[in-house]
Order: sequence, then structure tokens, then C-alpha cells
Amino acid sequence: MDANEIIERRACVSGVGQSDIGRRLGRDPMELTLDACLAAIDHAGLTVADIDGLSTYPGPMTTPAGFSAAGAYDVIDALRLNVGWYQGGLETSGQLGSVINACLAVASGLANHVLCFRSVFEGSAQGAQGRSAVMPGGGGGGGGGFKASGFMEWNLPFSAPSAAIWIAMFAQRHFHLYGTTREQMAWIALNGRRNAALNPKGIYRDPMSLDDYLNARTITTPFCLYDCDVPCDGATAFVISRVDRAKDLRNPPLRIEAVGSALRGRPSWDQFDDLSTMANRDAAAQLWTRTDLSPADVQMLQAYDGFSFITMSWIEALGFCDLGESGPFVEGGERIARDGVLPLNTHGGQLSAGRLHGYGFLHEAALQMWGQAGERQIPRDVEVGAVAAGGGNTCGCLLLVRD
Amino acid sequence: MTAADLPFRILPRLTDWNRAFWQGGERGELRFWRCQACGYYLHPPQPLCPMCHSKHLAVETVSGRATLATYSINHQPWMPGPELPYVVAIVEIVEQPSVRLTTNLVHCPHDQIRCEMDLQVTFEHHGDPDGDVWLPLFEPAVSNETVGDER
Repeated sequence: MDANEIIERRACVSGVGQSDIGRRLGRDPMELTLDACLAAIDHAGLTVADIDGLSTYPGPMTTPAGFSAAGAYDVIDALRLNVGWYQGGLETSGQLGSVINACLAVASGLANHVLCFRSVFEGSAQGAQGRSAVMPGGGGGGGGGFKASGFMEWNLPFSAPSAAIWIAMFAQRHFHLYGTTREQMAWIALNGRRNAALNPKGIYRDPMSLDDYLNARTITTPFCLYDCDVPCDGATAFVISRVDRAKDLRNPPLRIEAVGSALRGRPSWDQFDDLSTMANRDAAAQLWTRTDLSPADVQMLQAYDGFSFITMSWIEALGFCDLGESGPFVEGGERIARDGVLPLNTHGGQLSAGRLHGYGFLHEAALQMWGQAGERQIPRDVEVGAVAAGGGNTCGCLLLVRD
Repeated sequence: MTAADLPFRILPRLTDWNRAFWQGGERGELRFWRCQACGYYLHPPQPLCPMCHSKHLAVETVSGRATLATYSINHQPWMPGPELPYVVAIVEIVEQPSVRLTTNLVHCPHDQIRCEMDLQVTFEHHGDPDGDVWLPLFEPAVSNETVGDER
């Protein structure tokens, strides 16, 4: 193997699948997980027997409730997979870290077709109480003898239990340094909503105006309700194949042109060296060192919007505008519209199409590049697309090319 | 502040490493482990200096002064806690700004909060059978002209 080879180019996306998606489906989360997995395998034109690798994020977790419906072993067993390589885990470059790992596994020859999945049931798990139901001391019971340790030791005692607060502080720092405004940030949410209207699986599809956004209740400044993604139930899956094994499959291979997985600051929400950027700074910079393509070549961006500001941060990190310029870049919503220079989150993002937690973006990117996105299809042919997921200290990104 | 006035807080699990930080407030002191070889403050604490890898570490008291890096005024009742809305902040201690604390900004009208403002530590004491804890909160520094007299 040539040490200078960009090894991820041996890998491609060959199929994608998704279960039913809903705010609170009340369905068995394992059923949704397997629905998505089988859909992705079928979409690739493969059978379960062809799958010889498995990768998932974040692996089995019981808290926060609904955050993970199944681990790697659950699906390996449920589908009776025989795998040459597998992994599941949280400590990687964001949700797409699991896909990057799958790319490396097929490139290295440990597997030919790796099934990747992410499955959540946060909507049902949280129930009518919303997110407070899954907080320590939430749900009305009080904290009792519970004591904070690990990274929560440094924020729970100060009543800062939510990523909404942590990311809001990054946004506030950006507002302070660059004069970014809520009127600008609004366009991440408004763009997502107008796209979700065309997505049959979208969760919030009614029109939303700038006034609706500005008048929504405050969650934690500068975030209002519509800056925060919507917990849901649903699963998403991909098949990552070695390119030489995917040429005759159902869909044209979406080759992985380059990945970004770097973390060059402290792995912490509050100790990261620059509070106006995130680890996406490092992942995106690495991606551009691994390709001759440039941001000007990218025809579509699907970028994480767990909170609206994270998408703006990705737009800057990936070089679609200068640092600090994402506010003017998204303002008015023309550039990021489906017919704009950089169509963004064309399924509605997690803000309007549900918190599928990172995987929804790659699912959407693949459908768009295959011309399978239905009513919301980007009007021009997309041959180069960027996908980015994660925030804070856990970020990863992919550049996809349809040859 | 009497015990009855205290907001509900989830307290940290005390260890030999973190007790200096969480209990320094008993004497009004903000304390960190510091490398005795190169002078680097460690936060959170760990068994050797991340800069020079020395294990010669000792607890030292800093001035309690800090600057406001960023903040968020939280309106959402995530869990029992201070009266809403309350301010969550990230502050940088003046001795070594790379040491940041997530904390609460108190005694400051919300319309007077500005990034980079000068702050000083103030402690919120919570009695607990596993060991009392003094949460280091921050308020505008007394030299800061924006501080009102109503405090």
C-alpha cells in the first residue's frame, strides 16, 4: 500500500435506507433499526449474505434515553451476519466517524460491504415531558444522591446539563466577535423548514416565517425553540462498499473523495482552544489536504444542525465563506436554497426532519447525487457533495464524488 | 445566602484530585493543581503535567479573577435549578486563560453582560453528607464600572 495513497478513495456509498421516521412512533426501536438496515442492503442491490462488515455509532447506551436503539452485536446477531470487521462506539469523529471507519475497513480489505447504522428513539423515550424527562434530576424526582463525574462534573453543578447551552455559548462568542445576528442564524431554520415541506418523511412541514422564528420562545440565548433539533424515532443505514465490488450494483458508486477526522484541540466543550470554532475546524482542514478539489467545486452541502449555529460553523470550517462570515452568507437564504449556489440540508435537516443524529445528512446527500430525492431534488445535477456531522469536540466530514 | 435560598444543584463526586477545587471556597479560595516544574495549571486535574509530563504537582490558590469568554442566558427548565432565567458562562482565569470554567454569572443585570468583562469569584456553599461543596460562581469585578450598587 502506498503511504501517500488517499485510501478512502477505494470506498464508496452503494446503498442507503431509512425506517419510518416520526416524532413518537411508539414502535419497537429494534424493528426500526432492522427496517433501515434491510432497506439499505436492498437499495444497494445486495443481499444480507453479502454484508461482511458492520459499523455503528454510538454503540449500546441506556442513557440518555432513546439515544441508541441497538449496538453492533445486536444487529450482527439479529441478521446473523458473518463479519470480517466490525465496530461500534462513541469516541470517534462524530457520527460520521463510524462511516469513516467503515471506509477504511473496506479500503484495507477487511470487508467488502460494511453495513453502517444509527438508530434513535428519543421522541418516544422522552414522552410528553420533553427533554427534561431525560435529564439527571429531571422528571420531578430530584437529583437525590446522584453525583456528577466525568465531563459532566464540570457543567452539571452549574445547571448546564444540555448541549443547547454549550453550543449557545459558542454561538454567543461568534455573535460577539463577528456581529452575527439571530436574523441571520434564522435562515438555517427557515431553509430547513421550506425543504422539509417537500420531504414526505419531514416532521415539521408547515411554513415558517422570519417573524415566527423571531417570536418563538427562548431556550437559551441566542437560541430559540427553532434553533434546536427535534427528537424523533427512526433509523438510518448505509452500505459502504469497496469500489471494485460496487461497479455493477444498483446505484452508481458514490466514491469517497476525502474524509476529515482530525481533532487538534482539547477534546472538551469548554477547554477547546478557540470558542468561536469547533473541532470541525480541524476535520474540514484535513479533508481539503486530501483532495485537489476545492470548496468552489462542491455543489451541495448537507451539514449537521443539531443546533442551527453548528451548520454555520461547518460552512465556515469547510471554507464556503471566511471565518466569521457565515451570518451574511446564509442571510436571506438564497445561497443555501435548493436552487442556490450551495443547496443546504435539502431534506429539512434535523431542525425540521428530525434528529436522526448525523446519519440523515449522508442519506440525503446520496439520494440527491443519485437523483432519487423526489420533489425536493436539487435542480442541477450534483456530482460533488459535502457531508458533515457533529459539533463541539466531535466532528467528521466526507467529500463525495459521482464519477 | 441561607440554605433555604439555595437552588437545587447536582453536586460533583468528590475525589482526592478534585477536592481542592470544590472545597477551596470554604476559605474563599479558588484553587487548582499546578505543575511545580513548569508552572502550568491543570484543569481538570490529572496525574501528570500535560505540557512537561512532570508529576511534581501541588495545589495553589489563584486570585479568583477571570474574564468572561462567553455566556448564555438559559430560560429552559431542563432540571431543578436556579430561578429562571439564569446565566451560564465560560470564564478564563487571569493567571492562565487556557483554564476555562463553565460556571454561572451572578449579581449582574442581564443587559449589562458583555464578553471580555472582568469578573471575580464568589462561592455558593452546599452542605452534603459526602462532603460540603463550594461552587465557584462569578460576578462582575468590583473595579468594573458597570456593577450596580443594588448588589
